[in-house]
Parts: sequence; C-alpha cells; structure tokens
Amino acid sequence: MTDPNTAGVATESVEAYVTAPGHLDSGPGKPRSLWSDAWHDLRRRPLFIIAGAVILLLVVIAIFPSWFTSVDPYHKDLDHFREKPSGDAWFGYDTQGRDVYARVIYGARWSLLVGVAASVLTVLIGAFIGILAGYFGRWIDGLFSRIAEVFFGLPFVLGAVVILNLVRSADIRGALPIVSAVVLSIAVLSWPVAMRIMRSAAISAKQQDYVKAARALGASSSRVIFKHLLPNCLAPVLVYGTIALGAFIGAEATLSFLGIGLRDPAVSWGVMISDSRNYVRVAPHMLLFPAGFLTATVLAFVMLGDAVREALDPKLR
Amino acid sequence: MGRYVLRRLLQLIPVFIGATFLIYVLVWAVPGDPFADMCGERPCSPQFIATMTDKYNLDDNVFVQYFKYMGALLTGDFGQTYAEQPVIDLITLAAPVSLRLAVVAVVIEAVIGITAGILTGLRGRGFLDNLVLVSTLFLIALPTFVTGFVLQIVLGFQLEILNPTVSSAATWGELIIPGFVLGSLSMAYVSRLTRTSISENKRADYMRTALAKGQPKRRIVGVHLLRNSAIPVITFLGTDIGNLMGGAIVTEGIFGIHGVGKLIFDAILSKQGAIVTGVVVMLVLVFLLVNLVIDLLYAVLDPRIRYD
Repeated sequence: MTDPNTAGVATESVEAYVTAPGHLDSGPGKPRSLWSDAWHDLRRRPLFIIAGAVILLLVVIAIFPSWFTSVDPYHKDLDHFREKPSGDAWFGYDTQGRDVYARVIYGARWSLLVGVAASVLTVLIGAFIGILAGYFGRWIDGLFSRIAEVFFGLPFVLGAVVILNLVRSADIRGALPIVSAVVLSIAVLSWPVAMRIMRSAAISAKQQDYVKAARALGASSSRVIFKHLLPNCLAPVLVYGTIALGAFIGAEATLSFLGIGLRDPAVSWGVMISDSRNYVRVAPHMLLFPAGFLTATVLAFVMLGDAVREALDPKLR
Repeated sequence: MGRYVLRRLLQLIPVFIGATFLIYVLVWAVPGDPFADMCGERPCSPQFIATMTDKYNLDDNVFVQYFKYMGALLTGDFGQTYAEQPVIDLITLAAPVSLRLAVVAVVIEAVIGITAGILTGLRGRGFLDNLVLVSTLFLIALPTFVTGFVLQIVLGFQLEILNPTVSSAATWGELIIPGFVLGSLSMAYVSRLTRTSISENKRADYMRTALAKGQPKRRIVGVHLLRNSAIPVITFLGTDIGNLMGGAIVTEGIFGIHGVGKLIFDAILSKQGAIVTGVVVMLVLVFLLVNLVIDLLYAVLDPRIRYD
C-alpha cells in the first residue's frame, strides 16, 4: 500500500460501481479516495480507537517483552508451586513455580506471530489463486474452484488434527519449525475462503470499463492483473484477513490446547492454557490470565475488522 | 428437481475423492515412518506393523493403496486400533452421544440466536441492538475452551449447581451446559444473520403491501417477514449440525462426554494415530453428506431457486 490514494480511487469505483473519473469530478476541492474516506470515518469510531490501542499495546509487548516484566519466564522455583496471585506475582505461579505474568507477557510473541504469519500466508495464497481464477475464468477457474472445494470439504479442526498429528510424529524440534508447521496447516485449510472472496471481486472488476480499456490498449495479462485488478479487489480480502487474524490466534490456542499445536520452547497462551488443563479446580489463575489475554486479543482484531469493513463498504454508510 | 439433485451428487464425487485422498496421503504416504505415533507411548509391535502393512497394502503404490482403502471404507471398515479393536465399534458407541450433544447445541443456538436477531432486527438501532452486537462480538472472540472452562469452574466447582463432568449416560439435562458452550459461537452468527436478514426484508415491497392491506402486525411479522427471513438462517443451522458433529472435540474433552470428539481427543493425547485417522475420515464423510443434504434442502425451502 505505497500509494493508498490511487488504489483507493479505483477501489471506490469497484465497490460502488462508479467509474474513477466520475468520482474524481464529483467532489468540490481535493477528491477523497475510498481509503482516506474510510480513514476519516474510522478515526471517529470509538470501537476502532479501542481496538487499535489494544493491538498497538500487544505488538509492543510482543516485540519488547522485557519492558513489561523483569522476571525470567523460564525460571522455576518449586517453593512457589501453584501459588495464588499476590503483590509479588500479579498472576500467581504455575505448577513448576514459574511466574504466570512473565509467561503471559512472553507468550504474546508466539500467539501474535502465528496469527500474523497465518493470515498473511492465507491471504497471499488465496488472493493469488483467486485473482487468477477470476480473471482467466474458463478451465483455470474450474480447476482452482474444484481444488478449493476439496480443501473446503475438510472441517478445520479435523484437518488440522490429521496434519499436525503427522507433524508431531515426525519429531520436529526447535521453535521456528514448530511455528511454521502450525502456520502452514492453518493456511492450507483456510485459503479457499480468501480465494472465493478474491475471485468474486475479480470477476465483478473484470467487467469494468477501465479493465476493458486497458486490454484494448494492449496491456498484457500480468499488467492488467497487477496494475488494475489487484488494487481494486484488495479491500474485501484485507478485511477478511484482519478478522481471520483474530480467528487464527484463537485457532492456534485451540490446537495447542489439544496438544498438537505449539509446544516448548514456543510457549503461547494456548500452550499455557493446555498446561493448566488438569489443575483448573485448584489453580484457576493458571487458566484465567492467559485466557483473558487471548480473548482480549481476538476481540481486538475482530472489532478492528468489523470497523474497517463498515468504513470501507459504502452501502453501510 | 431430479436433475438438480443428480448434478449436485455428481459434483460431490470429485470433492469426496479429493478430500479422502488428501487425508489418506497425509496419513499413510508421506515420507517417514507412519507407525511412529500410532500405538501410544510404546513403539508399535512388529506384528501390528505387519498386519497393517498387509491390510493397507502399504507395499503397493499410493493410488492402488487408496482405491483398496476406499473399497474397505465403503464396506464400513475404518481400520483398527493396535489392540485390534475395529474403529467402527468405537464410533458406533460414541456417535449417539455426539449426535445428542449436537442437537442440544443447535436447539439452544437457534432459540436464543433467532430470538435476539428478531428483537434487534425489528427495533433497529437502540440499546438492545448495541447490547446484542457487543455480546455477539464477545461470543465470537471467546474460544470454545475458555467458555467451557469458565462455565465449568463457576457453575460446577464454585456454585456447585451441577456436576462439572457429564456421566457416561449423558442424559439430555446434563448436556445443556456443554451444548450451550458448543453452540455459543454459532449463536452469535445466528443472531447476526437473523438481524441482517430481518432488517433487509423489513423494507421489502411485500411488507408494505401487507401493511397497506391492513393486516394485523402479528401476521405481517409472523407469516410474511419471518418466513422470508428464515431461509439463510435455517441453512446455516443445518450446516452447523455437520460442523458440530466433528467440532465437539474441545467441548467433549473439557466435560468428559464420551462422544466422538472425546474419542479423538483421548486418542491424540495417548498418541494413537490409528484411531484419530479412522474417526476423522468418518467425520469428513458425515460432514460432506450433511452439506449435500442441506444444499438440497435449501432448494426445497426457497422456491425462487431454479433447480436446472
């Protein structure tokens, strides 16, 4: 999004079926694009401001966890075995006497990493295939749509169970390989959604005059796709990506809870919740604090996605 | 109608083959030892490996293997555990419980979701609307296991209103709380869907006509509005039954319900891949079939859809 203005004008034309030049002439003074329009709209929404602030805070926590705690999250002290929250340790201690607060702070990194990577990958795969299928149509569309249906036919949790069960038996160690395995399996099972959104956007944008004009001028397929179609079809798939980001963080936690997601040394909130599974009764603080952070994070992303969608969709204004 | 059903059935076949082939390849044909995680904490006995290699024709090439496997599936053979117990036996024991749980969940989400959706959709912007919007947002953001654990701690351990775990009989009454947990996410979607659908149809021409004819408000809403708004909601609920049958892994794990989800959950924890894959394959089949039925139902419910 190096030049949101030009991209925005074009996007507006697709969403509202107004041609770009017509839109430019309509307003007095400086014309506002869809993106800057949306930005003006968003800045005044309390929902967006709250969600944005929470996400900003989480990103800072994920990048600089040491700003928020000076306790080592891996330090074990059995004297503090499952101790309740106190002034010394706000969130209490876990079964091995580790500080829950420090672990929650350091866990933000892994949860966010999985969410961001999975949604970027999903949107990249889905958007690429979707725009090809939508633009070329015919057998390419048929082929990709059938493949997407196959992946769509697999229920998410079940598909992830099979894939990650396999990964687990392959005995992978180290944080990065484990994270990539989880990210890949989420993306593999979710790309059809992004693909369908992109495909329908591309099909409706393909009928627009500016695309026909570009083709009449002899523009190559790749030029039409990247210069004309892509900026016009981006909005819906980006909104999906934002909401999916929250959903993927929740999905990672679910998979980790089942014992097939992340594991040591990549300790996300889901892993902490999974560890607390057998002690909910005696030490609920082990469960509630990571679960609270998890819920707040997912909520922030879903709220952000909701707000952005309402701002970008001219019909809802 | 007949041609439509036929076309849908034909379209299902490639999806069906693709999905099962995908799972089959993931389980048996990827490089590495497929038996590494099949038999719990111990390595598999050579006897089990020999039986399985023979049974799944693991020495053949992958396509031959797959077709032989599908042949076995169609006769109800979903593989066996390392204790030589057929997986299908475990499933027939667990399936009724899961089905009951799914029904409870769908009923709860339909009643609460549709009521909330109708109320907010009819009244439009206001306090109630905001309340429902915010609470659905929360329900969407809460992962199932958080809702489950919190309800279990509060209702089961602290207030001691109910038994925190469900007995093996799993009566309807015991399944209400787990059903609520399982259906909470879809409840949010149902109420949002109903709300949008109602507020869209509220301004339709037939509504104005009915009002101009002087029909009582109850009839306008109950007959004209609801019937037209119900179609997307009912389709969603139907698809959800398919989803919930397999999506109950977490809920059943938390509440200790002896259903299909618990079967998978326990098998994952005790590293018995043979059970995991057998059950998952069966659930994918159920999921595909339910979706097909819903698709057909959709065409029956909405006469505006052309079958051919």
